[in-house]
Amino acid sequence: MAKASRESFGEILAELGEIYPDIVVLDADLSKSTRSEIFAKKFPNRFFEMGIAEANMIGTAAGLALCEKIPFICSFAVFLTGRYDIIRMSIAYSEANVKIVGTHAGIGIGEDGNSQMGLEDIGLMRGLPGMVVIQPADDIETKEAVKWAVKHKGPVYLRLTRQKLEDINTKDYKFECGKGVILKEGKDIAVFATGGLTYNALKASLELEKEGISCRVINIHTIKPIDKDLILECSKKFKKVITCEDHNIINGLGSAVAEVIAEEAQVKLKRIGLPDVFGESGSPEDLYKKYGFDSENLKKTIKDFLKN
Amino acid sequence: MDIKVLKEKAKRVRKKILRMLCEAKSGHPGGSLSIVEMLLILFTEEIKRTPQNASSKDRDRLVLSKGHAVPALYAVFSEIGILKEEELSTLRKLGSRLQGHPDRVRFPEVEASTGSLGQGLSIAQGMALAYKLNSNNSRVFCIIGDGESQEGQIWEAILSAPKFKLDNLVVLLDFNNGQIDGKVEEVMPIEPIKAKLEAFNWEVFEVNGHDFEALAETLKKCRTLNGKPKYIICRTIKGKCVSFMEDQIKWHGTAPSPEETEKAIAEIEQGD
Repeated sequence: MAKASRESFGEILAELGEIYPDIVVLDADLSKSTRSEIFAKKFPNRFFEMGIAEANMIGTAAGLALCEKIPFICSFAVFLTGRYDIIRMSIAYSEANVKIVGTHAGIGIGEDGNSQMGLEDIGLMRGLPGMVVIQPADDIETKEAVKWAVKHKGPVYLRLTRQKLEDINTKDYKFECGKGVILKEGKDIAVFATGGLTYNALKASLELEKEGISCRVINIHTIKPIDKDLILECSKKFKKVITCEDHNIINGLGSAVAEVIAEEAQVKLKRIGLPDVFGESGSPEDLYKKYGFDSENLKKTIKDFLKN
Repeated sequence: MDIKVLKEKAKRVRKKILRMLCEAKSGHPGGSLSIVEMLLILFTEEIKRTPQNASSKDRDRLVLSKGHAVPALYAVFSEIGILKEEELSTLRKLGSRLQGHPDRVRFPEVEASTGSLGQGLSIAQGMALAYKLNSNNSRVFCIIGDGESQEGQIWEAILSAPKFKLDNLVVLLDFNNGQIDGKVEEVMPIEPIKAKLEAFNWEVFEVNGHDFEALAETLKKCRTLNGKPKYIICRTIKGKCVSFMEDQIKWHGTAPSPEETEKAIAEIEQGD
């Protein structure tokens, strides 16, 4: 059933709170939106409302982590990653075991517009040594990724959506950090997608199949460390690869894939993302159409790229 | 507590700081020399740090938020057996765990990686919160700078610690009234600091930050777990005990030459 990844996160975190007494959760006046509220209601003594003060929340979480707690800090992706130096020093450089949960990623949040949209966050986070960057694509993957993050000792950035995501994985799904997931095999082109755009890319590819175009669709849930082996394998097998993400075209999945290809492969690459502009208000559907993120536009872009 | 012994230790620590900075050819003498008494009294009377308890999970901790003063911390560590004196000369050199600013990954005894100002108090708060969660009576101390107090994050932490009733958190403000661009009162005044902290619901004390007895007495009062975080305004002198450095902004971030170092050390030895 379609569900927002922030909702899946809130549900699983409250479940994991029972198993791991060291999990503590901090929020900066957005617990209703980040869905950390579910944990807060169940474990009020392990939930800290920090008010609208993200920098202090980040540092406080680092201190908790240095005393063996497993803190999750939750807010909108843009507000958290905007406190870059605090994340850099107090969490990443300190190797503090903090899980950074940035919700409301991408233009997919819609009407609230640019100030609330996390659009550069992947780039910021993947530039920090030791930071794992994960963007799940559906309900089950989000839950499995959170389970993994709790066990992983070290900082993790989890990028979540406000909007509902259609299911793409099945119940037996296993999350493997750093490993891309082939959702559909194909012969003509490799399509790498992440987060909210994964379903759209899959849908576009299934429709293209009827028109005689065969796409391999790969869900890249871990943007750092990137699945270099799979990218290189795809670069050998296909003449063209394409990336799709709801993030600035600079520094996101497309850049991560381009870095691997530029150093070790020869294949033509096209990146789909926000074309180095800020976000704007509008319905999520209208915004996705405008920037070519809906399955119809993705279909057209893939077709055109294959032709030229 | 033996004042005479502490005063001798303070002299040794100051000499070590100057020699380290001279050898490294860079670093921050002014703000290192102003926190010597604070550090010594904390580690000997309150934290009671020994090499044996340095990694115990419920240890009292010190976060040096004004990370540029870390040579003073390294020098004090060498007095209490955490560091060997020979290692001090590796400060700021390639491969040394004695980084120019505290690095907890390379050297866990510093407790927190600081140096980007304004961040250490939040980290100390998180540690104090963890102890409260564990129903542990251990305490967390944090030394912040006066110039550093211009950072917004400091005030976010000052706002939040009373909410969580962190009476196990003790902040020491090194109020030496100097920062790189001039006097704190001119660059961006922080006074009236006592009234500000009281208005934020902290228990506030004010002492001469170079007076061992006054510091010890105040820190004893801070042991009371009365629901309020503690804040000690330590009035200090930047470059303390070296006449040509005292209150001279120039010595915020300039290392002394070998000649200046010897001159400074001779003065320290002659002092009381």
